[in-house]
Amino acid sequence: MSRNASWPLWEVFIRSRQGLDHKHVGSLHAADAKMAIENARDVYTRRMEGVSIWVVESKYIHASNPDDAASLFDPANDKVYRHPTFYELPDELSHM
Amino acid sequence: MNDLIQYTLHLADNALILGHRNSEWTGHGPILEQDIALSNISLDLIGQARMLYQYAASLSGNGATEDSLAYLRTEREFLNCLLVEQPNGHWGNTIMRQFIFSAFQYGYYRELKSKKDVTLSAIAEKSLKEVTYHLQWSSEWVIRLGDGTEESHLRMQDALELVWPLVPELFRPEPYETRLAEAGVAVEPDKIETPVREKLTAVLTEASLSIPEDSGVWSGRSGKSGIHSEHLGYILSEMQYLQRAYPGCTW
Repeated sequence: MSRNASWPLWEVFIRSRQGLDHKHVGSLHAADAKMAIENARDVYTRRMEGVSIWVVESKYIHASNPDDAASLFDPANDKVYRHPTFYELPDELSHM
Repeated sequence: MNDLIQYTLHLADNALILGHRNSEWTGHGPILEQDIALSNISLDLIGQARMLYQYAASLSGNGATEDSLAYLRTEREFLNCLLVEQPNGHWGNTIMRQFIFSAFQYGYYRELKSKKDVTLSAIAEKSLKEVTYHLQWSSEWVIRLGDGTEESHLRMQDALELVWPLVPELFRPEPYETRLAEAGVAVEPDKIETPVREKLTAVLTEASLSIPEDSGVWSGRSGKSGIHSEHLGYILSEMQYLQRAYPGCTW
């Protein structure tokens, strides 16, 4: 299994039967998108994990820089008023 | 042995032997993802074989079980076609063998699911979903390699020519099939020859492979009647070793 390097890496997102959103489950190698979906089916849905698959080539994912974490995320720490905890929710409203 | 048992064993042996052949790739696939893909196909085929052996065992009585049918029959008692027992060769050989068999099995199960035997038709209906994926997966590989590099094209053309002489056997009925077909139980394999060959031609053409001419000669010796190539004996000696050496042993 030495030629992995010649095939691009893909990120795999699976939507589970009861889930509403696709969740990142891992990555794999494939020559093209079609093969990536089939590989994802064979690698990540063998135990009935999903009903829908998304794949995206890893190079198209842009990530925030961990070094910027303090300036990006810490400022939210003291903005407690952004949480909707000051409202009275009617009893009929679930899943909030 | 009655026709229905023989017929069920024929279907089971096809699935088991190809499943076993593919399982020889486990841990040796060209990349991890395809290693898993082919192992999944093995598990599908062995699962089909189990259902069919269980049915054959229930028809046979005499204490037969799915295990005794898989592990304690000899070479001449196996009724699989010659295609499925061919060696794995390189990845292209394995893909070509899988593609031809899946195209055949797809056409076959589509017919079998509306035949009279409720157990066989239920197994066919359940298995058809799996086979649909096997056919899609193997077709894409045939196209990818056939229409790939110069070397992959040559290797796929060689792979095709190697197994092509074994295709006519798939469509030639044995007497037990003919009798059961008349009773509305078995598929008449010659009746599915046209659609299956159309599927083969479409994919092979897209893969820019040239289809060899049929020699038109068939020796009349068929795996479906228990006359096999030299390869089956080696498969059975490995597959059956444990039960032969330690009779009745379990995990």
